[in-house]
Amino acid sequence: MAVCVQVDDFDLSAEMALMTAGRADIGALVSFTGLVREINGGGGMELEHYPGMTEKALQKIEAEARSRWDLQDCRIIHRYGPLEAGAQIVLVLTASKHRQMAFEAAEFIMDFLKSRAPFWKKESGRGWVDARESDEAALARWKAGITKT
Amino acid sequence: MNVLYFAWLRERIGLPKEELETKASTVADLVEELRGRAPRYQAAFADMSAVRVAVDQELVELDAPLAGASEVAFFPPMTGG
Repeated sequence: MAVCVQVDDFDLSAEMALMTAGRADIGALVSFTGLVREINGGGGMELEHYPGMTEKALQKIEAEARSRWDLQDCRIIHRYGPLEAGAQIVLVLTASKHRQMAFEAAEFIMDFLKSRAPFWKKESGRGWVDARESDEAALARWKAGITKT
Repeated sequence: MNVLYFAWLRERIGLPKEELETKASTVADLVEELRGRAPRYQAAFADMSAVRVAVDQELVELDAPLAGASEVAFFPPMTGG
């Protein structure tokens, strides 16, 4: 299973090494790491999620990405719980023979994670983060395919 | 049936999860029933355009049927990534 929902931090180099170990058919490896951004000097957040549904939603997003692009491999790690400013939140790794597929698939996965994976961010001292219209709009460009979860 | 609440819905209602017996046939009926229980439910379900629903861990619309469902969850629009 290539998706993981966890409290613990992750190590990009280790994940890349794991993905490429013992094979030479990967020509492109794209990684995206999301971090907790400091806002107005304040920072930190609590990330809540829906155990069970979260894993299903991530698996569904991964399966959709694999059906659209010819990926050699794919990995999604999403953290939850308390996260300090600067902490890593999410990792998406996509591997393909040529770069375009890996780039596009990583972007697709992130666009769906933003508004179709059951996570909710609460910023310290600021309250719940509202969903952004632009995140919803980002889904529209992928048009056909998953419209839910 | 288990009913789950997340994020500010959980805070407004004051609990993360409850088990209830209901004859509601759709999600919308269940929301109406919950609204009738206490003001805190009314506050949580005041603006349904800000509420998303999952039945058995699949996102659904408000008019979705509840027949055979064992878990319903209410939460705000998701903010992952």
